[in-house]
Amino acid sequence: MVQAVNSALDNMLSKDEDVLVFGEDVGYFGGVFRTTDGLQEKHGAHRVFDTPLSEGGIAAIAFGMGLNGLKPVCEIQFADYIFPAYDQIVNEIAKLRHRSGGEFWTPITIRTPAGGGIRGGHHHSQSPESQFTHTPGLKVVYSSTPYNAKGLLISAIESEDPVIVFEPKRCYRGPFYGDPHKVPTWSGHPEAEVPDVHYTVPIGEARLVNEGNDCTVIAWGTMVHVCEEGIRQSGASCDLIDLQSLIPWDREAVVRSVKKTGRCVIVHEAPKTSGYGAEMAASVQERCFWSLEAPVTRVTGWDTPFPHTTEWDYMPSPQRIAEAIRGALEG
Amino acid sequence: MNNDGCETPIRVPSAPFRPGESASFEEWSYSPSDLMMPDPLSCEPKDTIPHSTGLIRVLGDDGSRSGDWDPVISDSDLLIGLEHMVRLRIFDDRMMKMQRTGKLSFYMRSLGEEAIAIAQTMALEKQDWIFPTYRQPGAQFVRGRDMVSMICHCIGNVEDNVKGRQMPVHYTYREGRYISVSSPVGTQFSQAVGVAMASAYKGLDEVTITWIGDGASAEGDYHYALNFASVFRPPVILNVVNNQWAISTHANLASGSSTFADRGLAYDVPCLRVDGNDFLALYSVTKWARDRASAGLGATHIEVLTYRAGAHSSSDDPTRYRPSDEPDVWPGGDPIHRLRDHLISVGAWTEEKHRDLEGRIDSEVMAAYKEAVKFGDLAQGPYPSSDTIFTEVYSDVPWHLQEQWDEMNRLGGD
Repeated sequence: MVQAVNSALDNMLSKDEDVLVFGEDVGYFGGVFRTTDGLQEKHGAHRVFDTPLSEGGIAAIAFGMGLNGLKPVCEIQFADYIFPAYDQIVNEIAKLRHRSGGEFWTPITIRTPAGGGIRGGHHHSQSPESQFTHTPGLKVVYSSTPYNAKGLLISAIESEDPVIVFEPKRCYRGPFYGDPHKVPTWSGHPEAEVPDVHYTVPIGEARLVNEGNDCTVIAWGTMVHVCEEGIRQSGASCDLIDLQSLIPWDREAVVRSVKKTGRCVIVHEAPKTSGYGAEMAASVQERCFWSLEAPVTRVTGWDTPFPHTTEWDYMPSPQRIAEAIRGALEG
Repeated sequence: MNNDGCETPIRVPSAPFRPGESASFEEWSYSPSDLMMPDPLSCEPKDTIPHSTGLIRVLGDDGSRSGDWDPVISDSDLLIGLEHMVRLRIFDDRMMKMQRTGKLSFYMRSLGEEAIAIAQTMALEKQDWIFPTYRQPGAQFVRGRDMVSMICHCIGNVEDNVKGRQMPVHYTYREGRYISVSSPVGTQFSQAVGVAMASAYKGLDEVTITWIGDGASAEGDYHYALNFASVFRPPVILNVVNNQWAISTHANLASGSSTFADRGLAYDVPCLRVDGNDFLALYSVTKWARDRASAGLGATHIEVLTYRAGAHSSSDDPTRYRPSDEPDVWPGGDPIHRLRDHLISVGAWTEEKHRDLEGRIDSEVMAAYKEAVKFGDLAQGPYPSSDTIFTEVYSDVPWHLQEQWDEMNRLGGD
């Protein structure tokens, strides 16, 4: 997945000289997760560079560059560290097109590794997507595999709107099925075949990972893989929808599936209250009420800070997901 | 070298040396006789212009102490400081070994920077507040923290006082007025100003000391701190630890100023730049700053010039971005060796005593380690109860949390 992100950036730096890549440790070093490895050497220090440690500054200069015709792709090293940039993102970047009557816009991409499962404790584990899905003017995507990590990132860079790209850091080196003692790599995974050339995964389209008739399971990021295991443990036949794109989201795919299965379980790492799952649940009952055989349920992180030592009791586990699916089947 | 001659359209600074190059620094021209000590109680910010561009030193290259900044401190106190520095280094080595064998998830050493928090905390009073980053754990030794408790925190086992919630090295030690460490860099710097404002409001003789890295001084919090300190003049000591490196980001990328110290002058705060590997100079500038703070004269801004001799953390590999010999040729030397050699030169210490000290501390650390792992290690457990996920989120447990807590336990949390 790291190589897929690197390949997307490399393709876009080669294709469009207005693309710049920058952030903390992004330049010479190639990023703390190696996603920008080799890009400075290949494309030059004026196109791929280190910045001062200032997330607010990074977002603000991206705003200015995007306004003035460039396509900046900046990295916030951990999603937990995006909050000094929150004012710039929420009040400035998201609203520029609207506030200027369409005369100015800033088509920037903000990449940020998110989610838990790496013993990161409070401040290297959070999944703050709903704090951005709640901000009109931003597009928000959340990759889960090497294939969609590259395709979504290229779509984000080519978008005329600002896009926040969450990358599940637990999956950088391999999928995660909920067992911390098993650490598979991406080798052999069907979604790990990543073309070297430019391609896109359109923003706004979900991916159907599994097809089934009993229940619809919706997830994004690392939880897509944990849900695969949870579905297996439940013994049920489920549609598993990898949302991929949170704003705008593929409501049609979700509604189609839930009308077929009559049941819906939504899974995310972030805390439950005001999580993006609440939006899914509300929309599903608005659109599928007469098809539902059971209440729509959510399996999420608890409404607490993300713990260090006990993180496996915090993150939704295959067992919790399986129980929620069985609960939905019992109606 | 700032790439000033580069032909790229944006000036992008680099580091002085990169892997494959040989690092070489000019010898420092700074000497202990360079800078006078202004009267702390009548000094104006502009009087510190030379102190913000020069370098305050007490220990000369020959190991002797001299100059206007030479502090009043007994040899026995210096030996205590030396012992704490040795303790921290040996402790760090043991913790790194634990990390490498899977007994800790992560670790950060203070290698090369041991003098800073130890000398500066020794220069303070017991009631003063310590608002550290992850690179000032040594202050806890000065404040008397039990080493077993520190190791239990780093493991995140059942005896961890923060209950396995934070990553290792993110200590909390209220008894020692050592405030909880947070991962986001820089946040403590401006918060410390608030702690100091509260002390002033309450009319207490309490000073707050805080630190920020050269890299993190690019965050807004650094500037908030200086500006609020400039406006409200609270009793706070604001240190920028310039250890040259923020993970792979060289200090050249943190600021375009000639020194970190002199940025404070624009905020009308007195500014000092001190040799961060010189225990005596650190002790002295901190006493000076405390005297001013305690007298109601407000903040002092200090650049502590040092070098991060180790990796940023156990997740970092500095050979990817700097020459492997760079730590060895850094002109500031080793803070432990410099104080040790000084004390030997004045007859207060011997090499043999130093070796004995290292042996004794090694045994102390080993004993503490063995005691700590009795309460569990990361590889084997036992771990804190998963109930600790739900406690202390709020002062009470609201119904929605209670519901989730019950759900976790019903599903088999321990």
